[in-house]
This record gives sequence, structure tokens and C-alpha cells, in this order.
Amino acid sequence: MTFALLEIVAFLLISLYLGIRARQGRKMSLEQWTVGGRGFGSLFVFLLMAGEIYTTFTFLGGSGWAYGKGGPTFYILCYGALAYIMSYWMLPAVWRYAKKNNLMSQSDFFVHKYNSPVLGLLVAVVGVIAMVPYLVLQLKGLGSIVSEVSYGSISPTVSVWIGVIVVTIYVMISGIHGSAWTAVLKDSMILLIVVFLGIYLPFHYYGGYQNMFSAIAQAKPGFLTLPAKGLSVSWFISTVALTALGFYMWPHSFASSYAAKNERVFRKNAIVLPLYQLVLLFVFFAGFAAVLQIPKLANGDLSLLRLAKMTFAPWFVGLIGAAGILTALVPGSMLLMTSSTIVAKNIYHVFAPSTSEEQVAKIARLLVPVVALVAVYFTFNSGAAIVVLLLAGYSLVTQIFPAFIFSLLKNNFVTKYGAFAGILAGVLTVTYITVTNSSVGSLFPALPQAVKDLNVGIVAMIVNLVVLAGVSLLTGGLASKSERDLGRYGAAK
Amino acid sequence: KMFRLLALLPFLAMLVGIPFVNTPYVLGLPFILFWIVMCVVLTSVIMGIIYKLDPINKG
Repeated sequence: MTFALLEIVAFLLISLYLGIRARQGRKMSLEQWTVGGRGFGSLFVFLLMAGEIYTTFTFLGGSGWAYGKGGPTFYILCYGALAYIMSYWMLPAVWRYAKKNNLMSQSDFFVHKYNSPVLGLLVAVVGVIAMVPYLVLQLKGLGSIVSEVSYGSISPTVSVWIGVIVVTIYVMISGIHGSAWTAVLKDSMILLIVVFLGIYLPFHYYGGYQNMFSAIAQAKPGFLTLPAKGLSVSWFISTVALTALGFYMWPHSFASSYAAKNERVFRKNAIVLPLYQLVLLFVFFAGFAAVLQIPKLANGDLSLLRLAKMTFAPWFVGLIGAAGILTALVPGSMLLMTSSTIVAKNIYHVFAPSTSEEQVAKIARLLVPVVALVAVYFTFNSGAAIVVLLLAGYSLVTQIFPAFIFSLLKNNFVTKYGAFAGILAGVLTVTYITVTNSSVGSLFPALPQAVKDLNVGIVAMIVNLVVLAGVSLLTGGLASKSERDLGRYGAAK
Repeated sequence: KMFRLLALLPFLAMLVGIPFVNTPYVLGLPFILFWIVMCVVLTSVIMGIIYKLDPINKG
């Protein structure tokens, strides 16, 4: 147990060292701090993009869903692969535009594309509202992991504080450079640990994969497929489609594409990232292995760690915990940095336009501990509400997609008014659906079962598109001649 | 650039194909999971082919 504790502390210190060392004498301008001076090669961009795959949501949640829900878990393997296909064409276009216009955040993209700081402000607010629950989820995961693998000797409260202090220090000092270097450590660790667990546990307890799945299918018929109602085939298809559209709409994922040194990086990554995502399969295997070994677990998210504690010596459990902690720290650092940048550059700066870029950079760094404290507050003072918010988070950021994708067209018919109204209508619909806990079935009870099972985010997306198109057609003549001449009406060139 | 249409295959296989694949175990995996894994591998192969054929990568 003491050894496990020492390992966790050692990896936290290594992360802190790597995070601080990443600065390497660079003068941290806003561009260096947020987008690495646009000089990252394939490996760093790959790791930052892949960082989205291995968060505590997948480390604990992936195995937890396999343990608790079975077949519907497989949607997690699909949406990333489809998002990577779109990234082949989408991200180079974003990168070119960002480089040409010296953009730092996702909101900047919309400000420039639609010549509308107000639209940028809306995108910024939606982004921050979606990201804070995501950050809270990472911290809650961190607390659970440390508490479990330290055999209860470190409370979740203490571990959350330690994790937040480590991340805050290296984000303030090194920005995205710190995230990139700690991502190298994280992905090396997680790859080895997860693949080992996904192979060892099924063979140790069942003698192989087919034996494991046969035993589960016999004990729980229908568990490994999609059910006829609820998380059914139509839920699966609509959820995969919506999540794939929202994948790069998270502000930290969107802006991490700015850090690449050339656009070929994205096209190369689109080949490798789908395969890299298959490592998640081993997380699922660990969760499935726990189904019959530790049945009736109250919190399925702990299935991987509980089975590991039952199987391995404490020193190895410590290694698993260290890998798990890194899945919280690296995405957490990106969320923290992106939130601070957006608040400084796209919210504060809108209300204080005379602020220089140097001052914005300073404010962004000073906001890091503030955002971290807000996240810590919600970590300790939120129940299930934060989970509801997180589920809404994906639906919220997906509302940005229509205005984004139309902006990439050469002849974009969408006006800044249409983009604003569409996003706002979509966000309000998501909020209503979340607050009232609605589903397509509860909103339209007379529809066939397959339609009732559709992901409720579809409703918000349809509302968004209808409003976006309607308002754009109504306001098409409102763009001034100067805006058209500048090429800033609709799609900027 | 007709080769771009190849990118639609994984979408069709994953989204349209799922109702038809929801035994037999293949490589020890339930058939639905085997299908999804194959789709992900297919995605990678197709993106590799597109990368090779796309003239933009020959600069």
C-alpha cells in the first residue's frame, strides 16, 4: 500500500517536472502559451488530439459502461473513427484560416468568419459552460482513482487538491507545452497498462475472450447486444452521428488544431488515430471481465480498479492508479488552459477592447487558478447535477457545428444573425431538454419506438438548423456592402 | 476526385450496417463487436488510401 502511494506521488512529481520543463526558456506570449507558437509536429498534435480519447471518462466510464450496460458501450468505439474521417478535410481548413488570421481560440474563428464579436461571445459562453463540467468530471475521476489505489489512505478531497495544484502550476508556467509533454508520459503509460489489463484479466478469469463473452451471454442474455427499447439501434446510430459531429467542437480540441506546424499533420493523423482508438477495446475487456467476478457493484465506474485490486499486488495497483491519474491531469490541463484563454480573450476583451495582447496573455494566466477553484468548488458541491450537465455538454458544443460547417463553404448563405440565432435556439432547446429530463419519447409519445429512442440531441439540432436557415434567409440583405467587399459576410475568404 | 467517396464506406458500415449485425463469435468477439472493430480498421485503411491518392499530399 505504501509502495502504491509512493508510485502515485512519483508520477505526480514527474508530471510536474515535465510540465514545468516544457517551457524551456521560451518567452510565453499568448501564441506560445495557447497554441505552442504553431510549431507542433505530428507526434505532439497526435497526442493532444488523442488526449480526447483517454480521459477519466474512458478509463473509468468506458469500463463502467461495459460493466453496467454491455452492448451500448460499443458506440464509444464508433464516433471517434467517424470524427477522424471528417478531420481529414475539416482541420486543415481550420488550421489555414487560424494561421492566416492569427487566431488563438475557437471563438476567434467565429468572430473572424462572421465578422461578429457578439457571435464569438456566444460561442465562448457556450464553450465555457460545457467545459467546466468536463473539468469537474476529470477531478472527480482523479479523486476516485487516488482514493481507490491508495486503499483509502488518501481521501478524494486531498487528491483533488493535489491534482489541481500540480495542473495549475504547470499550465500557468508552460501552457500547451506542459500539456503536450505530460501527454507523452500519459499515453505511454496508458497504452502499456490498458493493453495488459485487457489481455490478462479475461485470460486469467475465463481462459480467453470467447469464454468470457459466452459466460456473460449465458448469465445475462441480451447483455452484449443493443436492446429493443431504450439504448436501441436507433439510439446507437443517432448518438454516434451526433457525437461525431460534436467531437471537434469542444473548444480545447478545436483550438489544439491551431498548434500544428503544417496541415499535413492532420491528414496523417486521420490514418493512425482510428487504430489508436482501438486500445479502448482493452478498457472494455477489463470492464466485461468484472461482470461475473464482482457482480452487484454499486458504482460500475470502479469496476476496473476493484477487479485490479482483487487480482494484483499493491505495487501494480499503484501503477494502474498512476496511469489513471494522468488521464485526468492531461485533459484537465487542456480544459483549464482553454477556459482561461476564452474568458480572457473572448469575454473580458470584448468588454475591454483597449486591452493589449500582452495584457490578455497575463489575464489568461491569472485566470487559471480562478477557473481551477471554480471547478474544485463544483467537484465538492455538486451531486448528480454535474453528470446531467456533462451529458448536456456534448449536446451544447454540437450546436456550434452547423454554423461552423457552413462557414467552410465558399458560398456560405448563413449570416451572422442566422448563426447566432441557430446556436442560441439549439442551446436553449438542449437546456430545456436537460432541465426537464425529456426524451424524444416523452416529447412525442405517439411516435414509433425507433423514433422515440433517438438521441434527444437530434431535436435540438433540427431546431438549430431550422432557425439558422430561416433567420439567414430573412437577414440575407442586411449585410452591408463593405462587409461583402471584405469577404466577411458569411464565409470569409 | 472520386476517391473521396471511399470515406463514406465507414459511415455506411457503422451507421447503416448496425441493425443487421446486432453469434457467430469471430476472433473470440461477439459478432456485433467484431463488426465494429473491423469498421474502425477499415476506416484507417481507407484514410490511408485517400492520403496516398490525394494530390494535395504530393506537394
